[in-house]
Amino acid sequence: MSDGVATAVSRPDTPISTRKDWVSDQEVRWCPGCGDFTILAAMQTLLAELGARRESTVFVSGIGCSSRFPYYMNTYGIHSIHGRAPAFATGLAVTRPDLDVWVITGDGDALSIGGNHLIHALRRNVNINIILFNNQIYGLTKGQFSPTSEVGKVTKSTPYGSLDIPFNPVSLALGAEATFVARTHDMDRKHMMEVLRQAYDHRGASFVEIYQNCNVYNDGAFNDITSKDRRADYLIPLVHGEPIRYGKDGEFGVSRGEDGMLHLVKVADVGEDALLIHDMSLDNPSQAFELSRLARGPHEPTPIGVFRSVDCPEYGYEVTRQLAEVESQKGIGDLAALLRSSGTWVVE
Amino acid sequence: MTLTTTAKNVKEVDQVVVRFAGDSGDGMQLTGSRFTAVTSLVPNDTATLPDYPAEIRAPAGTLAGVSSFQLHFSDHDILTPGDKPDVLVAMNPAALKAHLSMVKSGGIILVNSDSFDERSLGKAGYSSNPLDDGTVKPYRVYEIPMTKLTLEACKSAGVKPRDAERSKNFFALGLLSWMYTRPVQPTIDWIEERFATNEMVKEANLRSYKAGYNFGETAEIFEARYEVAPSRFESGTYTNVPGNTALAWGLVVASRLAKMPLFLGSYPITPASDILHELAKLKNFGVRTFQAEDEIAGAGSALGAAYGGCLGVTTTSGPGIDLKAETIGLAAHLELPMVIVDIQRVGPSTGIPTKTEQADLLAVVYGRHGESPVPVVAAMSPGHAFDAAIEACRIAIEYRTPVYLLSDGYVANSSEPWRLPDLDALPAIDPHFLDTPNHVDDQGNTSYWPYVRDPDTFARQWAIPGTPGLEHRMGGLEHADGSGNVAYDTLNHEKMTQLRQAKLDAISKSIPLLAVDDPDGLGGAEVLTVSWGSTYPAVLAGVRRTRKRGLKVAMVHLVHLNPFPSNLGEILGRYRKIIVPEINMGQLWTLIRARYLVDAESISKVQGIPFKAAEIESAILDALDKGRAARS
Repeated sequence: MSDGVATAVSRPDTPISTRKDWVSDQEVRWCPGCGDFTILAAMQTLLAELGARRESTVFVSGIGCSSRFPYYMNTYGIHSIHGRAPAFATGLAVTRPDLDVWVITGDGDALSIGGNHLIHALRRNVNINIILFNNQIYGLTKGQFSPTSEVGKVTKSTPYGSLDIPFNPVSLALGAEATFVARTHDMDRKHMMEVLRQAYDHRGASFVEIYQNCNVYNDGAFNDITSKDRRADYLIPLVHGEPIRYGKDGEFGVSRGEDGMLHLVKVADVGEDALLIHDMSLDNPSQAFELSRLARGPHEPTPIGVFRSVDCPEYGYEVTRQLAEVESQKGIGDLAALLRSSGTWVVE
Repeated sequence: MTLTTTAKNVKEVDQVVVRFAGDSGDGMQLTGSRFTAVTSLVPNDTATLPDYPAEIRAPAGTLAGVSSFQLHFSDHDILTPGDKPDVLVAMNPAALKAHLSMVKSGGIILVNSDSFDERSLGKAGYSSNPLDDGTVKPYRVYEIPMTKLTLEACKSAGVKPRDAERSKNFFALGLLSWMYTRPVQPTIDWIEERFATNEMVKEANLRSYKAGYNFGETAEIFEARYEVAPSRFESGTYTNVPGNTALAWGLVVASRLAKMPLFLGSYPITPASDILHELAKLKNFGVRTFQAEDEIAGAGSALGAAYGGCLGVTTTSGPGIDLKAETIGLAAHLELPMVIVDIQRVGPSTGIPTKTEQADLLAVVYGRHGESPVPVVAAMSPGHAFDAAIEACRIAIEYRTPVYLLSDGYVANSSEPWRLPDLDALPAIDPHFLDTPNHVDDQGNTSYWPYVRDPDTFARQWAIPGTPGLEHRMGGLEHADGSGNVAYDTLNHEKMTQLRQAKLDAISKSIPLLAVDDPDGLGGAEVLTVSWGSTYPAVLAGVRRTRKRGLKVAMVHLVHLNPFPSNLGEILGRYRKIIVPEINMGQLWTLIRARYLVDAESISKVQGIPFKAAEIESAILDALDKGRAARS
């Protein structure tokens, strides 16, 4: 107890190797065709591949369709309060550095009601993986616009079109000092798993936005990026250390112009050498932010991949380190001495 | 240097009430707490009442900016900070104006006459000088040029006049120390240690303190000094402890007793912040403090830590409990332990942050949506905040429930001599973590069901993350008893609602029976007072006064507000006349009338300050008159 960390009883290793081991006994109740199914399958497969331990894995969610996720994982899980999952997960991760803590959230949960907790968990760099299922709509409450819906969106609560300017979740996370920021989508399981794997490996807070189709209230919102026929022209793959280019034959790319800004260009016009080389490890987040601003929405060519991945002190580790440091200076706290610390007198 | 005194006329008195008052930048709280500290060393019994504006630096010299500290000390057991000061130290005209009417007729007033210039008089709203126009005639007034004398004392030390002037509170402290024959060396030692890093300030304060003491000794204006003989205390080791500190210590001790590391998630708020400050120092006790982004995250992070097996605590005051309500509802629903500390202050809304009130009781008992029973424990004095904190943690951990721990601005900031407890004698708290499966299905597969309960306490079996084979999911959706799986079955919901209430009711079995203080035996007195929280000292003092008059008065004090001790109904049923004094509009009164159908009477005060013993005394006398009139 001197290190101030509660630990459960240790047991011999239980080998886990297949996706099935990570599937809970609960019936999955998302609408048939929902993008959430793919994400669930990807997560279960990934954790099996990673050799993660079920008893050390905790999924924490808020409220919304995506937040039912923990019920379907054969791990520890908490379906908490709307918007508050990052706060709950922070308390858990800071006191239990032995656990892998995942936060499953949606665009309403993370960016509307829970916006404050999201940005603070990111800037503190708490060791949690925040997976934001962005479907640009409120599903569970049956179809109102969300903080990522486009201006003009006609929904039940905006019959004449939404007037709200949406958030760009990647820009927001970068602005909140996030040390790992990525975007993927629900139609490419391989890419999704690779991004999630990197998020898992990252020390500190990782933020992954997943474009996720709501086939009931917002079907096809990401079709430009996910459909086979258009994907090449709209999906800009970010690959660390590689020039940023897209198009069926790689004929387009991203280049810094003479105005100092990033532009979408034809490779033929600027030459291959003028293409921007993606570097997710830049300490300065400005270029990652610029990349996040290339598209105003998923109907324009949009970067997909890891925008930023940098090493920074992790909050929970720092908290524990400080405890140990004070303990080494002052010794393990003595309760009797504490109670006497402001002076005493004795009555016979 | 030692301060010498001549055997001047020393009068023995049995108790004194002193109030230091000045501008909020004058250091009155420091002066008051220092005077309290040396008074405890005599030892005299002490009770204090700090009172200061919400603004950090309210406009200087105005009534709004007056800060005060009242200390009652005596040679016998006392309970309250005293109704009326015997001595008022007024550092400026505003302090005099704000507090003059409360001073006992014939009482002593020490004023810093240097501050009574036209400008300061104007700021305080005096059109003429109260020292000259007869305003202070009913009192014994000593006009002392404290600023001038302080500057003079510091001059040779090379302290800049502006810095020297700030030491005038130490002049006042020195003078009072002389007047009441307080020990000198402890304050000298304290100044040397406290200001060790700033030689100039240390020197200025030392010189001012000594100058004040010597002024009393040499100026031939005081006819006497006073002495208050040591009080008779139960034998033991004592310290002087403010409520918030005692409460913080109680949490640390509870964490040790339960072998669960303490995690505090908190957002700064008056008057609760000192608990965060105190605990933030205690990292070598394994205490993690987390200054959250808001009140909601304070509660959410505490619940997250609790889920992981830590002692999760969040501290706040009125506005914060409104924001935390949803998280507390989740904790009640999940059945996870958590302690929510509410240091009550004047509400509603922002109210008066630095003034005390007891008006959150109904909010903490009922203030959540749905049927959401939460135990409530209340501290009755600064020292008792230590015990109340341990009790709140015990209930939370052993019954797997959020528990509200109520204190208030008065308990939080005032202090009293506190006999140190025997730490080894405190019973352990057992979280009883489960590490083996508790369910076997038809096929013989084992698993963990989170809602399997102890048949007597209804506490659920609790497994924490990291335990292999006991993986499980929980959430805010209604769940089936036993398995914890999401369940929309309405009859299951009714069963779960009843179980959650049954668990709360079962807690009363672990609470000691309530003892009635009735010299004539249970039911013997003509009137019963029922109190809770910080009204305890004033109510007891009021009851003692009426007993001295030969009246038959009983008293019962509640530490547990939800559930009530199991014999409360029986006790109430034995008295014909019951009064319930509270610093609110009658909240406990409402609860006990609703629960026990008794015709109790509410004694209400909502002035942001505690009851005075005299107010309780007259309320009891009124109740007795009414009772007798009704019977004749």
